[in-house]
Amino acid sequence: MRSLIRYLINNFTFLLFILLEVVSLVFIFNYNKYHKVQFLNSSNWVTASVYNSFQSVVQYFELAKVNKSLADENARLKSFIQSDLLLQHTDSILAELNQEDSTYRYIPAAIINNSVNKSNNYITLNKGRKDGVKPDQGIVSPMGIVGVVTSVSESYAVGFSVLNKRWGPSGKLKNSGYFGPVEWDGSDYQMADFKEIPFHVQLTVGDTIVTSGYSTFFPEGITIGTIYSFSQPEGESFYKIRIKLAVDFKSIHYVSAIENTEKEEIKELENLLEDGESSN
Amino acid sequence: MGNQVIKYGFMFIGLILIQVLILNHIQFSGYVNPYIYLLFVLLLPLSTPRYVVLLLAFLIGLTVDIFSNSLGIHSFATVFAAFFRPYVIRLITNREEDKSDYPGLKQNKFQWFISYVSIMVLIHHIVLFYIEIFTFANFLLTFTRTFFSSLFSIFVIVLSQYIVFRD
Repeated sequence: MRSLIRYLINNFTFLLFILLEVVSLVFIFNYNKYHKVQFLNSSNWVTASVYNSFQSVVQYFELAKVNKSLADENARLKSFIQSDLLLQHTDSILAELNQEDSTYRYIPAAIINNSVNKSNNYITLNKGRKDGVKPDQGIVSPMGIVGVVTSVSESYAVGFSVLNKRWGPSGKLKNSGYFGPVEWDGSDYQMADFKEIPFHVQLTVGDTIVTSGYSTFFPEGITIGTIYSFSQPEGESFYKIRIKLAVDFKSIHYVSAIENTEKEEIKELENLLEDGESSN
Repeated sequence: MGNQVIKYGFMFIGLILIQVLILNHIQFSGYVNPYIYLLFVLLLPLSTPRYVVLLLAFLIGLTVDIFSNSLGIHSFATVFAAFFRPYVIRLITNREEDKSDYPGLKQNKFQWFISYVSIMVLIHHIVLFYIEIFTFANFLLTFTRTFFSSLFSIFVIVLSQYIVFRD
């Protein structure tokens, strides 16, 4: 016993080293358990205020770019109003606008921290619980899909961006409706892979991929990207498709979090079904 | 002693801010992510008890982790490098030399400081990049990233010795 104690004292540094490394490894492997712990990610008050005050200084340098993207968005909306399509459907669109309890509610937010160079990238938003942001809400920009909220504090939120290996949106081909997962491989911040599209589907370079609407994070039809290249690998039954993401993750500043007001109801219904299946 | 604590306290905060606000956003051709917060561990006095070095390394690693949402990765790499610090120092120091307690550039020979920083940064970056990817597939790609990032980190750390942290 005494020699054990002497051994522990003599090798105290080494044991401390092992202990600290094990703690780190536990953090790494149980990431999913800890990323909801608010003080361990960048939505905590100290971290987020540091990012926020830094952003409030540097945002002035980006104003020209932000202005341009707003002007583009404006122009796009204006041309949409004047298009014949809208004239034909004016009544139904007006009816939809008048509905106060529409399914999706958009919460505007500014990005205060963002990265594109890690193998898992995150975005920090300057809106939090008090503004109605909750975990599992989708994040979109005028250009397209950006990510999904994972953790919120009182006034800040952190989420996965599409450039993250831990999460990918579900997409579908805009013209044919075939759907599959979109995954980022960790190399190029402008590219992602679109999977599980069978060979008999007709594809052309430039086809648009939009959100499928099968998850409760995003409404249907938000742009994800366009097909950059595709091939038919031998011995497999699915295309290998590279898509160019619609959003330039290096230059996004303003986004919206999407609240699905009917999410609870959908979840409840799905849970009901799962419970029924498991009891049979 | 009190002076030292304040000095290293400021260094800690300064390095964290530079790291998370500026260097984390630097990206050349998708390869280079410099990490210079390791300088805090490098510049601790040589007489600091080893367990204090390890604990401080864990603390600064965890802080960077929290800022960059990468829980565990930086703390693992930093503690790893901190553990090997005394061995690296023993490896590159001549026994006859009169060693200064503070391992800065001015207090030591240029060549000694370069070797010290290079070996430590390489240990830290190799562990960091492979833990981050968590696979040996793309071994060469990760190695290239590690190599170029290390070069840049070493350059910034040596440069910092001429501007701040001089004593």
